[in-house]
Amino acid sequence: MDKEKWEPKIVAFVCNWCTYTGADLAGTSRMKYPANAKMIRVMCSGSIDPVFIIKAFERGADGVLVSGCHPNDCHYNAGNFHARRRWDFFHELLDFIGIEKERLQFSWISASEGKKFADVIAKVTKDIKTLGPFTAYKKMNSEFTAVFPEIQEVVKETIIKEKETV
Amino acid sequence: MKIGVFICHCGENISRTVDCPRVARVCESYPGVEYAIDYKYMCSDPGQNMIRDAIREKGLDAIVVGSCSPHMHERTFRNAAVSAGINPFLVEIANLREHCSWVHDDVEAATQKAIELVRMAIEKVKRDKPLSKINVPVTKRVLVIGGGIAGIQAALDTANAGYEVVLVEKEPSIGGHMSQLSETFPTLDCSQCILTPRMVEVYQHPKIKLLTYSEVVKIEGFIGNFKATIKKKARHINEELCSGCGLCITKCPTKKKAYNSFEEDLAFRPAVYIPFPQAVPNIPVIDESVCMYYKNGKCGMCVKVCDRGAIDFDQKDTMLVADIGAIIVATGFKLYNIDKKAADSKYKGYGEYGYGKYRDVIDGLQFERIASASGPTAGEIKRPSDGKVPKKIVFIQCVGSRDDSKGISYCSKICCMYTAKHAMLYKHKVHDGEAYIFYMDIRAGGKMYEEFVRRAIEEDDVKYIRGRVSRIYEENGKYIVKGEDTIAGMPVEIDADLVVLATAMIPQENSAALARTIGIPYDKYGFFNEAHPKLRPVESTTAGVFLAGACQSPRDIPESVAMASAAACKATILLSSDTLEREPVVAKVNEDLCAGCFYCKKVCPFGAIEVKDVKDMNGIVYKEVAYINQGVCQGCGTCTATCLSKSIELAGFNNEEIFAEIAAL
Repeated sequence: MDKEKWEPKIVAFVCNWCTYTGADLAGTSRMKYPANAKMIRVMCSGSIDPVFIIKAFERGADGVLVSGCHPNDCHYNAGNFHARRRWDFFHELLDFIGIEKERLQFSWISASEGKKFADVIAKVTKDIKTLGPFTAYKKMNSEFTAVFPEIQEVVKETIIKEKETV
Repeated sequence: MKIGVFICHCGENISRTVDCPRVARVCESYPGVEYAIDYKYMCSDPGQNMIRDAIREKGLDAIVVGSCSPHMHERTFRNAAVSAGINPFLVEIANLREHCSWVHDDVEAATQKAIELVRMAIEKVKRDKPLSKINVPVTKRVLVIGGGIAGIQAALDTANAGYEVVLVEKEPSIGGHMSQLSETFPTLDCSQCILTPRMVEVYQHPKIKLLTYSEVVKIEGFIGNFKATIKKKARHINEELCSGCGLCITKCPTKKKAYNSFEEDLAFRPAVYIPFPQAVPNIPVIDESVCMYYKNGKCGMCVKVCDRGAIDFDQKDTMLVADIGAIIVATGFKLYNIDKKAADSKYKGYGEYGYGKYRDVIDGLQFERIASASGPTAGEIKRPSDGKVPKKIVFIQCVGSRDDSKGISYCSKICCMYTAKHAMLYKHKVHDGEAYIFYMDIRAGGKMYEEFVRRAIEEDDVKYIRGRVSRIYEENGKYIVKGEDTIAGMPVEIDADLVVLATAMIPQENSAALARTIGIPYDKYGFFNEAHPKLRPVESTTAGVFLAGACQSPRDIPESVAMASAAACKATILLSSDTLEREPVVAKVNEDLCAGCFYCKKVCPFGAIEVKDVKDMNGIVYKEVAYINQGVCQGCGTCTATCLSKSIELAGFNNEEIFAEIAAL
């Protein structure tokens, strides 16, 4: 595979109130950052199940970012505290399930931190680029997408490409 | 399912970096997509008509709009869909502007990302279920917490709009800090003269239930349907019987047992007292900690002199429960206490200024009392230690404020103005005195504020020195203030008779605990957070809870009053409808799967999860499951991630939808 041309695929799980809005602010302020990360909006970082993250890796993500409101700033008062505890614990298990710890990153980005959002995405993209592609889970990709036949149809080409790289 | 995809150019905002026609073309070939089109302005009337027509003509079941952020126009497109007969929750927005075109330069990369974002939205919308808004009833009563000027104003405005108000104040009287002030800037109005009529109006208002010497201990429920538990502390005086004659106060033998906190500890008070003569309600309180009766069971002088039999030594704290529709929090501020480090280790104190050690180094509120006609010196400027009239007085601004090393980085906002006022009041009363002010910057933004400061400098000859004070020490009955004049570039030394420190405004000490009781966020200092710093300044992020005055950030009186009126207006808007509509993004339990571990109940920030019995045909309970009160649930979804058996789903964000989004990447 051409390492020069390889672009990492990054999935970001963000909360609706802080980080998603912070990303909106980055947009409104026309800050530039790499296009690798795609965001999945949830209501609160507290609702992000570790399974989502594993699924993202199964689907071929090279890195995952999870971001919510700063502690004490949660729209739901305490959701991010639960998230924080969950991540601390889950992060320790990553090695065990065969994922380098650096592939999963966390941050707190408030609705007013557009700059921080752009910086975090740039940093995560750079970090994952340095780590290189995540291949350990690639063979599970077709199993996961098989649950969604229509999607498998759509993303067939990319899956074939990804398989070649394994 | 037939899906329509609508890609907006947003003028050139999106189309400059995203090839919109290509996105539409690619999307049209996706399974399930019936129709895809791009257009210059989707949010415009013709754009919305395009959506409506397509829904009708193509018989679409759901739509995806690739446009700006959902925070911007989700509602617009949902309304358009509703008017064409589609459920508003079968509309998904792909954020192609803020999250794509505006942040990327490369057309190819941005277009690819746009396609993926739209694809994710398509896969999500396929799994969306129609939802309908939830209606909840509204209790038409407002709880105002705090009886300072902000709380008073909010209570009066709400009550005058015709709604019932419960006003809770922790002190024995309403009035707050404003009642302690001598005169107010920039008009030099007598503070009590403008405040006390309002206090009386509150007391006499038929719609306001005033609970003084009371504290809110618990808030349950949600917008429109709160339940407040209020602790009414024992006054040991029967409020119904007391006529406020004050005989018990004058006859109480424990005259000087306790510091008078209203006089900022510059005077004493007996065991039975009212905070100040104009107190509302004019009903005394017996302080158990100093009263002789509670020490040795003797005395009882007050019982003997009270001809109405209002003294009740056995009175206990009582709990009141009130149904509330909206809450206005107006708990105000206190002053940074610069000598007491231990009380709150967050703040470092100013040992070098000798506050607490030297009796003539006082804070701003103490000076207000000294300058007040109703204060301990009857308005004569006398220093606390020996009662001499100070001939040289030094004011120091920004003590605590704007000082990261002491724990506070914000500006307390009012000190520049009140220090100018203090210096002016001093000069008006001690004509031959000299007043010096050490300042960092003069921040006099506000109507007639700058003019006021100029007046202090030009007409009253107050000497402003730009610089900080490093140390204060006592020498021969004088206080040597060592500082620096940064404009002249040299050290300054002033032998002052009295030093007044403009200490920082900080939140009330239990503000964080109260925030947790109510369920509102607060910042690192303990100030309550507004929902949006610009557009929603008096709302908290918790629906139905509003903020007024200095509990949100340092505020002066006009701002507190304006905020209070705004909060009252917001609360009355809420109460003006009989039922509330709210978003149906709430969690729901699958009772067949639920094992009844109740981990969800532990993590729910809103207490929305209850235990529900499941009965068999004979009416015998065979298991307990979690039940989510749809009215209380705010839809964060923390329970869904916590649930071990995955039996809780958050409507609109369920696992299937999110897995589909991941798969579509």
